[in-house]
Amino acid sequence: MANYFNSEDLKKFGNITEFQKPMGDKFFEYYTEVFKEGALTVREKSLIALAVAHAVQCPYCIDAYSSDCLKKGADEEQMMEAVHVAAAIKGGATLVFGVQMMNHVKDNTM
Amino acid sequence: MGVKQISKSLKASGNALGDHFYQLKVLSQKDIHDGAYENFHKKLKSLNVDAIKVSELEIFQINIGKLCNQTCSHCHVDAGPDRKEENMSFETLERCLYLIKTYNFKKVDITGGAPEMNAYFRWFVEECTKAGVEVMVRCNLTIIMANKKYHDLPDFFKANHVHVISSLPSFSAMRTDAQRGDGVFEDSIAALKMLNAVGFGQEDSGLIIDLVYNPSGAYLPGDQKSLEAEFKRQLKRKFDIVFNSLFAITNLPVSRFLDYLLETGKYLDYMHELVGAFNPSTLDGLMCKNTISISWDGFMYDCDFNQMLDLKFTGKAKHIDDFDFEEILNRKIIVNNHCYGCTAGAGSSCGGEIA
Ligand code: SF4
Ligand code: SF4
Repeated sequence: MANYFNSEDLKKFGNITEFQKPMGDKFFEYYTEVFKEGALTVREKSLIALAVAHAVQCPYCIDAYSSDCLKKGADEEQMMEAVHVAAAIKGGATLVFGVQMMNHVKDNTM
Repeated sequence: MGVKQISKSLKASGNALGDHFYQLKVLSQKDIHDGAYENFHKKLKSLNVDAIKVSELEIFQINIGKLCNQTCSHCHVDAGPDRKEENMSFETLERCLYLIKTYNFKKVDITGGAPEMNAYFRWFVEECTKAGVEVMVRCNLTIIMANKKYHDLPDFFKANHVHVISSLPSFSAMRTDAQRGDGVFEDSIAALKMLNAVGFGQEDSGLIIDLVYNPSGAYLPGDQKSLEAEFKRQLKRKFDIVFNSLFAITNLPVSRFLDYLLETGKYLDYMHELVGAFNPSTLDGLMCKNTISISWDGFMYDCDFNQMLDLKFTGKAKHIDDFDFEEILNRKIIVNNHCYGCTAGAGSSCGGEIA
């Protein structure tokens, strides 16, 4: 395999039903439901998806939700703020383990 | 601060797309061997639709000239400061006024270019208002700030109860200026504040200012209602600006937007997106069914896009001097592959979504 990530593969996402149809169909039905306008607007959901895409570092999702955010009318500032939210949570999630490290150090030192 | 021109018009820069024949050639797909899409005619045939027919003659749309203080990168008119020649004459406007009154058109939609730059613009608006016709003006906002002589436009619009329709692709400067030119956002905001100050967009004033949103790239607009809510929230929050409705409009592959698509290699992907989003329920609401579009030199077209591709009316009467109401009412509308822009998703017209 020449490339692990091929942007053209994003268009083939729907084909995952080829190997397991019932589960794939259920997933896409669920996915569609999730992204419908609800208590959160479609734009807010798209911005959350963009933040999560960065947190899970999925290039497909970053492409897809950068486009989707633009389409839903989010602007660059909002999109970058969403990425900062992801970065802050990822950073915070790393740093909070500093407490564990500190506990360990305190337990094991005089 | 004033608007800086981002580039010349296609015509002035000698770009092949300045010629409508070349645009039609691109749209005809004659040179495409790989990845061609279904022709619009075929698509209609597959739905047993023989032709798009006129429903009524309601809106008289005039493209009064191609002169504009901006050179937006998506402009389907290829308008700009260098388009000085194409400007409607007084005689042509007089003839338009006569037709509007004689055939009881309910609405006049004046577009351009920046229509306010035509020397007879104010006279024409006043005459239409006197005749009791609703006047819509496609005002690009920045013209109000462009020169002292335009600063009183908000008062003029108010005095004539003009329905103002203005483009603003984003509530932030970065996106707006990238599409419409440096400084456009700042001047647009200043102009919107002036319009608000005389009553436009204010509750119970009866003075309407609608905004037009179009995507700043090769993608379809999102849901109109949702975009409207976000624009209302952001413009209020950031600038204390109010407006009535937001129209979400799709960019059609014509003129400078076609140039953008070809230059960036996005043409086929975009066409496939439009074709894939074809929505048959848009066909009843197409603007060509109730609008006629007049060019600066008095020729008649089904819409502003057909005008830019020089696809004149079918039938004998092609010029307002030969206006024939019955023939125009019973004519077939000329469609081509650019029409996919009007039928994609929720559809698109000068008034936004149609389905
Ligand atoms: S889109 Fe409107 S404002 Fe922009 S160049 Fe064209 S006519 Fe002028
Ligand atoms: S571009 Fe749109 S409005 Fe014009 S003829 Fe085609 S479908 Fe009708």
